Amino acid sequence: MLQNKSFVKKTRGGKIQKQVRELYLRHDIPCGSHACGSSCDRAAARLPADAGTVLVLDTNVVLNQIDLLENPAIDNVVVLSVVLDEVRNKNLAVFNRLKALCTNTGRNFYVFANENFKETNVIQMVGESPNDRNDRAIRVATRWYQGHLAGNSKILLVTNDRENKRKAIEEGLSAETVESYVRSLGRPELLDLVVLPTSEDATMMDVEDLRPSKRKIIYSEHKPMSEITSGLLHRIYHQGKLRVNRYNPFEAYVGSESIGDEIVIHGRSNMNRAFDGDIVAVELLPQDQWHEGESSIIADDEDDEEDDVHLAPSSADDAPRSINQVQHAAASTLTVSSRPVGRVVGIIKRNWHSYCGSLEPMPMPAGHGGTAHALFVSKDRRIPKIRIQTRQLDNLLDKRIIVVVDSWDCSSRYPSGHYVRTIGKIGDKDTETEVVLIENDINSRPFSAQVLACLPPLPWTLSPEDLAKPHRLDLRDVRVFSVDPPGCTDIDDALHCTRLRNGNFEVGVHIADVTNFVHPGTPLDEEASQRGTSVYLVERRIDMLPKPLTEDICSLRSDVERLAFSVIWEMTPEAEIISTRYTKSVIKSCAALSYVEAQARMDDSRLMDPLTSDLRNMNSLAKIMRLRRIDRGALTLASAEVKFQIDTETHDPLDIGMYQIREANQMIEEFMLAANVSVAEKILKHFPLCSLLRRHPSPTKEMLEPLLRTATSVGLDLDVSSSKRLADSLDHAVGDDPYFNKLIRILATRCMTQAVYFCSGDLSSSEFFHYGLAAPLYTHFTSPIRRYADVIVHRLLAAALEISKLPPIFQDKAQLTNISDNLNYRHRNAQMASRASVELHTLIYFKKRPTDAEARILKIKSNGFIVFVPKFGIEGPVYLMPRGEKGGDWVVDEAHQRIIKAGTNTSFGVLQTVMIHLEVVEPQPNRPKLELSLK
Amino acid sequence: MEHVDPLTGFRQDGRRVNEMRQIRGEIGVVAKADGSAQFEMGNTKVIAAVYGPREVQNKNQQINNQALVRCEYSMANFSTGDRKRKPKGDRRSTEISLVIRQTMEACILTHLMPRSQIDIYVQVLQADGGTRSACINAATLALADAGIPMRDLVTSCSAGYLCSTPLLDLNYSEDSAGGPDVTVGILAKTDKVTLLQMDAKLPMDIFENVMQLAIEGCKAIANYIREVLGENTKELEYRRGS
Repeated sequence: MLQNKSFVKKTRGGKIQKQVRELYLRHDIPCGSHACGSSCDRAAARLPADAGTVLVLDTNVVLNQIDLLENPAIDNVVVLSVVLDEVRNKNLAVFNRLKALCTNTGRNFYVFANENFKETNVIQMVGESPNDRNDRAIRVATRWYQGHLAGNSKILLVTNDRENKRKAIEEGLSAETVESYVRSLGRPELLDLVVLPTSEDATMMDVEDLRPSKRKIIYSEHKPMSEITSGLLHRIYHQGKLRVNRYNPFEAYVGSESIGDEIVIHGRSNMNRAFDGDIVAVELLPQDQWHEGESSIIADDEDDEEDDVHLAPSSADDAPRSINQVQHAAASTLTVSSRPVGRVVGIIKRNWHSYCGSLEPMPMPAGHGGTAHALFVSKDRRIPKIRIQTRQLDNLLDKRIIVVVDSWDCSSRYPSGHYVRTIGKIGDKDTETEVVLIENDINSRPFSAQVLACLPPLPWTLSPEDLAKPHRLDLRDVRVFSVDPPGCTDIDDALHCTRLRNGNFEVGVHIADVTNFVHPGTPLDEEASQRGTSVYLVERRIDMLPKPLTEDICSLRSDVERLAFSVIWEMTPEAEIISTRYTKSVIKSCAALSYVEAQARMDDSRLMDPLTSDLRNMNSLAKIMRLRRIDRGALTLASAEVKFQIDTETHDPLDIGMYQIREANQMIEEFMLAANVSVAEKILKHFPLCSLLRRHPSPTKEMLEPLLRTATSVGLDLDVSSSKRLADSLDHAVGDDPYFNKLIRILATRCMTQAVYFCSGDLSSSEFFHYGLAAPLYTHFTSPIRRYADVIVHRLLAAALEISKLPPIFQDKAQLTNISDNLNYRHRNAQMASRASVELHTLIYFKKRPTDAEARILKIKSNGFIVFVPKFGIEGPVYLMPRGEKGGDWVVDEAHQRIIKAGTNTSFGVLQTVMIHLEVVEPQPNRPKLELSLK
Repeated sequence: MEHVDPLTGFRQDGRRVNEMRQIRGEIGVVAKADGSAQFEMGNTKVIAAVYGPREVQNKNQQINNQALVRCEYSMANFSTGDRKRKPKGDRRSTEISLVIRQTMEACILTHLMPRSQIDIYVQVLQADGGTRSACINAATLALADAGIPMRDLVTSCSAGYLCSTPLLDLNYSEDSAGGPDVTVGILAKTDKVTLLQMDAKLPMDIFENVMQLAIEGCKAIANYIREVLGENTKELEYRRGS
């Protein structure tokens, strides 16, 4: 049956237009139940025949109780398309989760297209609001189901809408609220997942203060959306993303485009219930209130948060924001700071998601088994405490749990949320690792059956067909070898170096041919593209590709024939590239060396075997290439990477040390860089608009400010006008001790931005530059096993060589940009997770062994200083006086970056060496932290 | 906007991806013309009138060994929602006129009618995507009604590619989504393509699938048109009293 749906719509030009759409009402929509007695098509049926109760959900249930729905206890659900549409319009995040539920074959969620079905289509009546129409549509569909599946299953409408429930019962349907339904299941732990309706908020207040007089307005009311919009338009308010200071949760920044500067927001009440990542509207405070920012390590507040010991950050993005503030604090002593200060007046878009953490310890309430209110403390210190209600308090107190925020009323100090699930026991290494993964949004679930089905049959061996392909070069007789960290199982690069008759060298870089096994559009490819990168934690690795590919089929192990994608250069002994060839190949590696082994071979002058001489030849070429690169202005940066020795049985760390970089590492790195550059040139030439490249933006003046300040205070003059100048002045920065130069380099590295992937069509070619490597073009080609970007680049290169067709995805620039954004996000998260994992193990290590170590002062604060411990790669604050007490005997000399004890000669200056004591303390339960104190 | 709901597999108007809109054809709607027809594809409604074969009006254009086929396509001012006054003979109409003329010329046995002229007028009464196809289908019916000798029935249908799926018979909202739109015209019995238009890039293998879908649509339309003509013939027979 055909029906026209007509509605009026306002066009962009402001004209009112009548739109007419056809709507075909069908008869052939199956009910999706195996219990169906009539002639419905069962091919897509999801509801089992023995389903006692089939649930029909109302929109409000989906919107508010999605955590409950995700619990496997809720099953046999009919999701109506009217509900789907409403959810999509109201909350896209919830819609995506619901969609995932509906497509998950493990769950019995059936989508019923009630709007397209003749018997359940409902036309809006005159005077009926769209909401009422939708409610009626839900009831009509429920009634149809009741008649259709009569006798086989009970149909239950679950709704929290009182009116809808009343009408449903009047119409003879069975309807219940979520809470009463969950109660009827007889599983009290599920009740924790139920979000309570806001009308009950009043009773939830009790956890904090029982006295009704305390029920006052703590935060000012958010302005209505219309007012915000007009305020933004008139530039009274400023819009931006709120970022909370990682080191001080009571300070936040809003990057505002309309002002062109960051607006500082001090204190929880000015932040006005905004979370980190929310898009907010900010009002500027009058200028005379702009001086609140101080450079003390912590701005004290009613709460007990404080600064923490962290791993030394490796780039500006990780570093605490407060760095910039030192300079302003210095100025503020004289004049009012020029940095605008504001307060949040409204929240445009919430960034609420789930948070990991634990409950604040509290005594068990008297009544047993009843509901208890508890405060949840997130692991992420930027998140305020969250109030939750639970019936399993005794069970949860010693657990890491996940909690979701539901609302934040202006009369409650803390937001209220609900429990989602338990991760495990606090302090347990597996639990804490899991927390790290969840916090960084890393998917560590095993690969699904569909993904594994895409793997080639095992055991895989080289087939004659592979060899027979015209584009595959047989390089099995070439002496190829690989050099990797010890114990590396995912070897994705191998090399060879042969001396040619004319005195030149043929150097080949062979990269695992992952795209021969991962085809575009397959579930395997989708999964890899989602994961984006492998994640390396201290004690485990989360693979991007399934294990058989990662460790066997693609891994270029020794003495087995493997498929590879090769870049082969002819080079003069002066390391000038004469020609470059790209080809798919078959190789047979003759040795899988570790860096240590390779270094030992090169150093051992007695060894004269061909492999060793290859290594030496390569090394001499690499040295020339490296020199040339440095001449061009590439920065030799340093980071404080640490390495653990792990006990093989308990997996506890036995020792920590700085990761040592050898010549062999640099040699491999040099050739990988060269291969990446060569490939970048090739793909960009063929696909100027859709190549995936990697760029590293130049740091701005402000970003280099902290480095310059430190340098001046120790009497060092750095020239930062270009990467070349910076590299040169870094080379000349030689202090009194050998570690000085490295320290300066570490500080410089920290001022850099992170390199990012991008699609060449999105930027102009002047922006392609890679600052750190001083290369005009760069991409990632050499690690396709552990990075998805490389997989894409492999496909581009194969298409450029006309080996395979370019997958259709490359014609969609928007999609390509999406992919590169996701890769950047995943890459960053993977790094954060690795760091968090190292931090976790550092904590475990020092828990058993309080240690003394040498440290260098990085920064002077008003009540202490920040030190860096080179041996363990960690940095953290050392307090000279108890917190909260400002001033005291110590006087800070900002200009010279010194802190001096009044009346004595004792003083500390920046970059000075001090002895400190490292110990794990637990000032708050469940939050052990490393404390540094002056020895 | 999702043009195909991934969960239910339905398009926004409740069709599946390989379903056409409702089609309807009627013969003899303009009494004065030698042949006429109205053709509807969902909310797209066009009318076609055929005059001829008749004497060539402008002797300069006369062709000695075949008939001259002329076509004029226009859209009624009320055919779209916004009341825009479009000048007659704008580029789009000229282009579509040409397309229709060439398509129809390929199936008319023009050599049987030398030194004569056939005029095809098509007008869009209501536009909701796929006007080109609807015009060709209407013209076919009108030509048959006028009794003009033809090799075969030409029918046309469009198909597009949205949300990584080929879609048959795009309506206006799907058509304006920016995806590729392939219009195909075939000679139904001989399976020959007389019209193939696409103004977008599409990988070869996908293009073939989309085109195949459009051809299936053309065949379905041909079956329907044959039915309409059969009914019409029966009626004529009845009127002759035999």
